[in-house]
Amino acid sequence: MAQRIDVKDLNIYYSDFRAVADIEMAVEPRSVTAFIGPSGCGKSTFLRTLNRMHEVIPGAHVQGTVAMDGVDLYGADVDPVAVRRQVGMVFQRPNPFPTMSIADNVLAGVRLNNKRISKGDAQDMVEQSLKGANLWNEVKDRLDRPGSGLSGGQQQRLCIARAIAVKPQVLLMDEPCSALDPISTLAIEDLIAELKSEYTIVIVTHNMQQAARVSDRTAFFNLAGTGQPGRLIEIDDTATIFSAPREQATEDYISGRFG
Amino acid sequence: MSTTQSPPAPGPAATSSLEPAGPRRRRRGARSSDRGASRAFRWLATGAGALILILLVAVAVFLVIKAWPAISMPSDELVEKVGLLRNSSSLLDYVGPLIFGTVLAATLALIFAVPVAIGIALFTSHYAPRRLASTLGYVIDLLAAVPSVVYGLWGALVLSPIVQPVWAWLNENVGWFPLFAGKVSPTARVLLTVAIVLAVMILPIITAVSREVFLQTPRLHEEAALALGATRWEMIRMAVLPFGRSGVISAAMLGLGRALGETMAVLMILSPGFLYSFHILEAGQQQSIAANIAAQFPEADPLGVSTLIATGLALFAITLVVNVAARAIVARRKDFSGAN
Ligand SMILES: Nc1ncnc2c1ncn2[C@@H]1O[C@H](COP(=O)(O)OP(=O)(O)OP(=O)(O)O)[C@@H](O)[C@H]1O
Ligand SMILES: [Mg+2]
Repeated sequence: MAQRIDVKDLNIYYSDFRAVADIEMAVEPRSVTAFIGPSGCGKSTFLRTLNRMHEVIPGAHVQGTVAMDGVDLYGADVDPVAVRRQVGMVFQRPNPFPTMSIADNVLAGVRLNNKRISKGDAQDMVEQSLKGANLWNEVKDRLDRPGSGLSGGQQQRLCIARAIAVKPQVLLMDEPCSALDPISTLAIEDLIAELKSEYTIVIVTHNMQQAARVSDRTAFFNLAGTGQPGRLIEIDDTATIFSAPREQATEDYISGRFG
Repeated sequence: MSTTQSPPAPGPAATSSLEPAGPRRRRRGARSSDRGASRAFRWLATGAGALILILLVAVAVFLVIKAWPAISMPSDELVEKVGLLRNSSSLLDYVGPLIFGTVLAATLALIFAVPVAIGIALFTSHYAPRRLASTLGYVIDLLAAVPSVVYGLWGALVLSPIVQPVWAWLNENVGWFPLFAGKVSPTARVLLTVAIVLAVMILPIITAVSREVFLQTPRLHEEAALALGATRWEMIRMAVLPFGRSGVISAAMLGLGRALGETMAVLMILSPGFLYSFHILEAGQQQSIAANIAAQFPEADPLGVSTLIATGLALFAITLVVNVAARAIVARRKDFSGAN
C-alpha cells in the first residue's frame, strides 16, 4: 500500500522562474512527514510536484527525479493521470464538488477508475471512507445532501474521505487545517495519526505545534531572499528538529527568532 | 451570473478596527459620503430594475389594447371581416398553427445549436491554446454581428441548393421518421433549412455566454478533480459542466428567445403554410408568428392589424413561459448549484 518516495536533484520552475532548487529527500512509507518554512519558500510548489499537479499550471515544469518505489514519476512513459490516482491530495481550502451530494463526493474518484460499481459496494465504500475520515456519524443521515452544506471542518474531512476512497499509496496535504477551528483541527490531526498506519503522508503546515504533534519527520525549507529559489535546509526526525536542529536557520525559525 | 462565487473582498470594515483613534473623525466623514454614494447607487439599481418591469408591462398593455378589437369580436364576425382568417374558423384556429410552427422551428434550432455551442465554448475555455482560443472567440462574436437579412439571403441563395440533395436523401431513406416524411421540396425552402439558419444565428450568443461561464469555474474545483486522477474531459464533466449548467441554460434561453422572434431569415427562406405539420422537409407546411406578421402587415386593414397583433401577443406569452420554465429548471437544484 504505502510507498517510499525518493527525490533527487529536483528543480521546480514557473516558466523561467526557478521557485525551488536542488531538493534531495527521502520520504519513508507509513510515516508522516511535515514541511515547514516561511511563506513563499516553495512548500506547496514542492508538494504539488509529488503528484504532478504542478504541471497543470501553464508554463510550470520540473527537472530531476521523483521516484516512488523506484519508478520515476516523471519518466517519459508515465501518465500524470495515473500518478494522481495513486497519490491523493487534500487542499488548503476544502473543495468538495458543490453540485454533488456527500455520497457522490466520496465516490467521485472511485467512479473515475471504475464506472460500474454496484449500489451495495458503493454504499459500503462511502461508509468505510467516511468512517476513515471520522465523519460518518455526523453525516450518515444526510448522505444525499450537497457537500457544500457542511461546516468547513466537515468539508475538509469529506475531502479526506474522497481522497482515501480511492486507496492511494500516498496522501499529500497542503495546510489542511489552516481554515479550521481548533476542534476540527484536532479531529484532523487524530485522523492523520490513524491514517499513517496505511498511507505515506506528507503535510505542509505553518503550525509548529501541529508539525511536532503529527509528524515523524520534519523538513525545513527556507529561501535566501525574494526572487531566490527556496531550498531544503534540513530534514530529520521531528524530535531532533525541534530539540537539536543542525542548522542555525532552523533553530531561529522554530524558536520564532526568524528574520 | 448569480451562481459565481467570488472570495469576499476585505472591506473597509476589516481594516478600520486596526486604525489608531486619531483620524477617527475624518474617517467618519468619509464613511458617510460612502454611504451616500451607496444609497444613490442603490436607488439607481432599483430604478433600472423597475424600469425594465415597467417596460415589460407597457409592452404587454400595448399588445393587449391593440389586439383587443380582434380578441373581443365574436369569431364568426371576425372571420367574415378579416381576409387573413379566410381559411380559419376563429382567431385561435388561426394562431394555433403559427404557434406550432414558431415553436417547432425554434426548438429544432436550439437542438442543433446547443451541443455545438457547448463544444466550441469548452474548446475555447479548456482545450485550445490561448492564441487560437481568442481568435476563435473573435470569429464567433463576428457571427453575432451579421444582420439577419444577410443570414436570410445566405439561407435562401446558398444554403438551400446545397442541402436540397441531402434533404432528398433523408426523405428517401429515413422517410419512416415522422419529421422526414412527406413530399420533399425541390427548393429546400423548408423548416429544416430555416432551423439550421436559426441555429447559426443563435450560436454566437449561446457560445459566448457559455464560454464565460465555463471560464468562471473555480480553479479549486478543477484541481480537486485533477488531483483525483481525472483526465481533462473527466475534469470537465465533474467540475466545469455542473458548475456551468445554469449559465448554459440561461444562454440557451437567450438563444431560444432570439430564434422564436426571428423574422427576416424565416420570411426569406420559408415557403409558408398553416398546418400542424411535422413534415420539415415539405414546402408550404408551417409559418412562424414573426414572419407571418412581417409578411401580412403591409396589406392588412385595421382589424387585420389587430389580428396580427393578437398573434404577436401569443409570441410574447410563449417567450415569457419559456423564460419562467428555464428559471424553474435552474432553481430546482439550487442547493447543488454551488451558490451557497
Ligand atoms: N502559479 C504560480 N505562478 C508563478 N509563480 C508562482 C505560482 N505559485 C507560486 N509561485 C511562486 O513560487 C514560490 C513558492 O510559492 P509556494 O506557493 O510554493 O510557497 P509556500 O511555501 O507554499 O508559501 P505559503 O506558506 O505562503 O503557502 C513563490 O515565490 C511564489 O510566488
Ligand atoms: Mg503554500
